[in-house]
Amino acid sequence: MNAWFTKQRRLIDFTLASLLRRKGRNLGLLAVYALLVFVLASAMLYAHALRREAAIILEGAPEVVLQRLVAGRHDLIPPGHLERIGRVRGVQEMRGRLWGYYYDPVVKANYTFLVPPDNGIAKGTLVVGPALARERGMSENTGISFRSYSGELFSFVVADVLPQASELASADLVLINEEDFRAFFAYPAGHYTDIALSVANPAEVRNIAIKLSKQLPDSRPILREEMQRTYASLFDWREGIMLALLSASILAFAILAWEKASGLSADEKREIGILKAIGWETGDVIKMKLWEGGLISLTAFLLGFVGAYLHVFKFGAPLFAPVLKGWAVLYPRFDLVPVIDGLQVATLFFFTVFPYMAAVLVPIWRAAVTDPDAVMRS
Amino acid sequence: MIELRDVRKAFNQGQHNEYWALSGISLAIEAKQVTALRGPSGSGKTTLLTLIGCLARPTSGRVTLHGRDISGLPERFLTDIRRKTFGFVFQQFNLIKGLSAIENVMLPAYPTGRPHRELAARAEALLERLRLAHRRDARVEWLSGGEQQRVAIARALINDPEVLIADEPTANLDTALAKEFMAILESFGAEGRTVILTSHDPLVVESAAVNRVVDMRDGLLVAP
Repeated sequence: MNAWFTKQRRLIDFTLASLLRRKGRNLGLLAVYALLVFVLASAMLYAHALRREAAIILEGAPEVVLQRLVAGRHDLIPPGHLERIGRVRGVQEMRGRLWGYYYDPVVKANYTFLVPPDNGIAKGTLVVGPALARERGMSENTGISFRSYSGELFSFVVADVLPQASELASADLVLINEEDFRAFFAYPAGHYTDIALSVANPAEVRNIAIKLSKQLPDSRPILREEMQRTYASLFDWREGIMLALLSASILAFAILAWEKASGLSADEKREIGILKAIGWETGDVIKMKLWEGGLISLTAFLLGFVGAYLHVFKFGAPLFAPVLKGWAVLYPRFDLVPVIDGLQVATLFFFTVFPYMAAVLVPIWRAAVTDPDAVMRS
Repeated sequence: MIELRDVRKAFNQGQHNEYWALSGISLAIEAKQVTALRGPSGSGKTTLLTLIGCLARPTSGRVTLHGRDISGLPERFLTDIRRKTFGFVFQQFNLIKGLSAIENVMLPAYPTGRPHRELAARAEALLERLRLAHRRDARVEWLSGGEQQRVAIARALINDPEVLIADEPTANLDTALAKEFMAILESFGAEGRTVILTSHDPLVVESAAVNRVVDMRDGLLVAP
């Protein structure tokens, strides 16, 4: 066993010496390889962290949201609608929500105005999201005016700025008092934007949605799990688009790696011949070359993956955030919770390291099985 | 020690360019002797050397080492015998560029799994003996022809083989260096090592260090 370890150590020593002898070529290959892993891993880590972030945020969302439709378009919930639903078995709480969008021509961005469930915002004040506060230079007790869609100017005082930790969800959020909301948007009294229902038993959610659809044929229930799925597929789609755009560079790397790994230079072939002539077995030569391929691909994988981790979780993925995050105007600034999916890492490892090792193995095997007497005749 | 019985070797057998390098050689090589194979280019010296040194297998005939038939052994066993029994000094030296002299010397012992300290000590002793200790860390391409040959000799001896095989050892050396090589050869003979070499250099084959000269021509032995 000891001799086996010593032998492997010697093979690795020789491999390292070989790698250093072809420094330029191997460093170039390592850099391109690590860059590819970095790009792929960044996209994967970032999209995965976003999906998770979205899932965490949606955990606090109501299980069912009921929207009223007119001619297939979202319409306001008229007075008496809540009462029509009446008491549905399994529904813990039911309340009308008030929210809407406002386009601010100053920063050319859309804000989401929302009346919090407890209507805990004092009249004439606002609580704003951090991205919005940044864009409009707002802080506590700053005054701000918005011109409503009717042309009337409304002035408010900023009571508070939401914490940055919630920025993915609240970047462009404005919390407003109910009375102010209705006045600002000229929202008719007794009307709501939609209805939020909380359901205690998750297994009952679908049944409740079916009951609601039957009871109110002009309304559509939206389940939380549907929203979660929509977000997940949205980020999947964005990740897919990005990977598709990157496919050209992936292909370029594949060609480069194949060319580098599969094409043995005359020097390398001569060396293999010498090693065989002086007493190395075919298996020793193959092992040595596998160590070489393994060291390059593992180093590149580690460098690329650690680089991607730092890029995403330490520096906020400046290279991919605009594509993957996809917010229209007010880019949220937030720190993603570092999360690594083992299966994803394994997949990336398989698709980057395995093909390279295969590319290394075939030509080495071909060179290593040649007769050692060839070296006598060179 | 080594016996060859009606050994023949063909290259590209069955093809239009089939060529018989050896056409029936029977020869016994004694242990602890320096044997020289002499002959013009194309006489089959190097081919015979590759068969004796387990670098290749004969097309027909038998090669025995200490009475054991090695002509039909699979490559793995041949490699094992080659590593333990033979040390090679090639005509072009065949050192690995980019590695130091001592690293080149140690290379044949890497697959044996011998402890590094023991290996390094042996390599250093060999370099010392061949007056190359001061060049141990120099890359081989920076060495002179004579120094490269001595590194190749040290490499051939690292596994302490019974037989040293040298193919045209003085072909790339000037007279002074060739004489130096013969002095080394003489010391091997004196310590009772078996040496088999090929050469058509009179300086080698007429040297007192050589115990026996075997003449070859057209793939056959020439009667003395």
